[in-house]
Amino acid sequence: MTQTPHISVQHLNVHIGNQHILNDININIPDKKVTSIIGPSGCGKTTLLKSFNRLLDNTPGVKITGKVLVDGEDIYDPKAEVTHIRKKMGLLSQRPYPLPMSIYDNIAYGPRIHGIKKKQVLDQLVEEQLKATGLWNEVKDRLNASASRLSIGQQQRLCLARGLAVNPEIILGDESTSALDPVSTSIIEDLFISLKEKYSIVLVTHILRQARRVSDYIIFVYGGKVIEFGPTEEVLLNPKEELTREYVKGYIS
Amino acid sequence: MQLRILKDKILSKLMLVLTLASVSLLLIIGIGLYLHSAPIIEKSSWGTLVTSSVWKPLRGLFGFFPFIMGTLWVTGIAIIIALPLCLLTALFITEYAQGGLKRILVPFVNLLSGIPPVIFGVWGVLFIIPLIQNHIAPHFVEFSTGYSVLAGGIVLAVMIFPLIVSIVSEVLNTIPQELKDASLSLGANKWETIKKVILRKALPGIIAAVVLAVSRAFGETIAVLMVCGNNAVVPHSVFDAGYPLPALIANNYGEMLSIPLYDSALMFAALLLFIIILLFNIISRVILSRLERKLAS
Amino acid sequence: MKLRKTEEVFFKILMILAAVIVCGSFFLIVGTIFAKGIPYMSLDMLTKTPGGGFYIGKEGGILNAIIGSLYVAGGATILGLFISVPVAIFINIYINGKKFLSDSLRVAFDVLFGIPSIVYGAFGFLIMVYFGFRASLLGGIIAVTLLVIPILVRTLDEVIRTVPRELGDAALSLGATRWEMAKVVLRQIKPGIFTAILLSFGRAIGDVASVLFTAGFSDNIPTSLHEPAATLPLAIFFQLSSPVEEVQGRGYASALILTIIVLIITVLSEILIKKFSKHKS
Repeated sequence: MTQTPHISVQHLNVHIGNQHILNDININIPDKKVTSIIGPSGCGKTTLLKSFNRLLDNTPGVKITGKVLVDGEDIYDPKAEVTHIRKKMGLLSQRPYPLPMSIYDNIAYGPRIHGIKKKQVLDQLVEEQLKATGLWNEVKDRLNASASRLSIGQQQRLCLARGLAVNPEIILGDESTSALDPVSTSIIEDLFISLKEKYSIVLVTHILRQARRVSDYIIFVYGGKVIEFGPTEEVLLNPKEELTREYVKGYIS
Repeated sequence: MQLRILKDKILSKLMLVLTLASVSLLLIIGIGLYLHSAPIIEKSSWGTLVTSSVWKPLRGLFGFFPFIMGTLWVTGIAIIIALPLCLLTALFITEYAQGGLKRILVPFVNLLSGIPPVIFGVWGVLFIIPLIQNHIAPHFVEFSTGYSVLAGGIVLAVMIFPLIVSIVSEVLNTIPQELKDASLSLGANKWETIKKVILRKALPGIIAAVVLAVSRAFGETIAVLMVCGNNAVVPHSVFDAGYPLPALIANNYGEMLSIPLYDSALMFAALLLFIIILLFNIISRVILSRLERKLAS
Repeated sequence: MKLRKTEEVFFKILMILAAVIVCGSFFLIVGTIFAKGIPYMSLDMLTKTPGGGFYIGKEGGILNAIIGSLYVAGGATILGLFISVPVAIFINIYINGKKFLSDSLRVAFDVLFGIPSIVYGAFGFLIMVYFGFRASLLGGIIAVTLLVIPILVRTLDEVIRTVPRELGDAALSLGATRWEMAKVVLRQIKPGIFTAILLSFGRAIGDVASVLFTAGFSDNIPTSLHEPAATLPLAIFFQLSSPVEEVQGRGYASALILTIIVLIITVLSEILIKKFSKHKS
């Protein structure tokens, strides 16, 4: 790898109850690229993603060992400030979960809790993020309407805009298009591709075609282990490992 | 930035304190009641207090046996009446009633649970007492005023309808459809499925519901007090008057405090209730939460 | 073959009968109260306090008890909210990861919910004696607060649990603290909070055993927390034990007033619960 890694995972092990969900993960997520995590359901890919911003902390019975370095800083260091870590990463979940407030307030929520109070600054931020996600023209006349009134596809873009408003460095997507129709899906996919100029993006997906369309790198996870990691074309078209080959061909699903 | 995190930490401690304070209420109530009933426990003993039938406060004799028996009679009658009715109702609501009927039946059970105890008492006086006095008792005994453990039991039974129906329905709803389908597809009809599969599966939940209902009935005060006759003798038939523990406390507190040890005796009654109800509640909650966990996994 | 069919039909009829009895008992009770109460109902009952000789059948109404009950139930519900909202948040958000702890706390509140109001009343009386104040509005509010805390905690806990975890995660991943996340959750469950308030208020306004020794009784509308206050259920109880027919009749009318108040509250909370579960999906 030529660039410096943005997230560096070292000997990460995750247990939930007495299940060993992730087994000695070592991986480097490159800067300003789209990296997709693929694998059959239940293989631990979502757990891996959530370990990046410590959302696993709230899972009952979880035990985490090893290191996750973000910009060289270990986020599982007991002294690390968890809200600060999470602010660096925007999360886009499987279904859109708009906060129970207006469109405007959804986007202003993050900046507000981080201390931005000035109306002009917030106005500008909201407009900027709505434009970045292509929502501005659709909602500019009803910024004070409840966010739950938007269509699912619009809600998901709003959630993306909401995440971008706190100025993250990394975007995490957890099967972010699985609840969307094909048109909304392709809008979100295009957004990911254009956003990688400014952000490092990590996606969990079980759709191989999507992984191929949007990502630069692919991590194949199976049974809690990283089986293969490399540039998209190589992993999908010319896998080194037998397991990867079978998964890509569709034997394992 | 730092301020927000500090705020979060302080609030977290505050909430911890509030939570611990409210939970420790259980302990504090127990200790408070014990300390205040200590004088009478020291004078007699647990054994004599609970088994003696002599209730002569003026001579310093406090025997709780009649009150305990009064409570048991009323509760027993209530459960005997309520359990079969509620079981059948819950089965009807969960297994037979279609959407529309269900939407009508369930709200009425909830409305019933909202009616305050004193209203049940008024109803008991106006409806159940004359019913027993004029229509039921004459068939069995020569004379009854109607104020009896039977009246208390019937009023209590109606009061615990909603509790049993809602818990049993909840338990029945958790039984997987596949299990019922399996029985039905073997040629059993609906009732046979209920009898052989559903009731067997739901048994722990039904027991938990009964235990909860018993503890609820033990503690019910005003409605029972209004219809029960309040006579400090051990009842021998359903038409005899009874004097349950909560009624004893409610009727006398604050009135006869000039008599030595009387207030201590009443606190002992409260302590007795508290301990029994605590035990019953813990038992049923443990059964229910186990059941929940078993069905969740 | 025929026997099996007969058995099923027999039990089905039994079930229908049982359901009719259980649900019908509601109508029987409300019907009895209405039939006996309406003849004695008058505007005076609602708008006047007891005049001289009220308890031997002369002039007056039970405004003192209506207002007293509203004060006690309102005060206890407000006080209870200040305690139970933080508790429910703590159980669901702050100790989220430790399942054993949160489950044990839930069982503890379930048990507290099962403690009968006479025990809360007796305990409230002990507190009063300990701190040396007499039966008063404040005493009643404290005892009833103890009674409604478990109701509020249980209801709020159930409502908070319906909030999808991802909503909280969304707030957290924007860098929110747990408290800021809790505020988002509270906003989401606003209708649920109203339901909890109604349930608690309904239970508080109808309970006798807890206010029996703690709130006292007075023919006047209380003007401070330290004055004794009449409550509706207690007024019913007292009037009913009178030998005077007119007074007993007013007891029925008072029962009618309480029944109507409680029915309105229960129906409102039923509607809210329905609405809430609709928005959830």
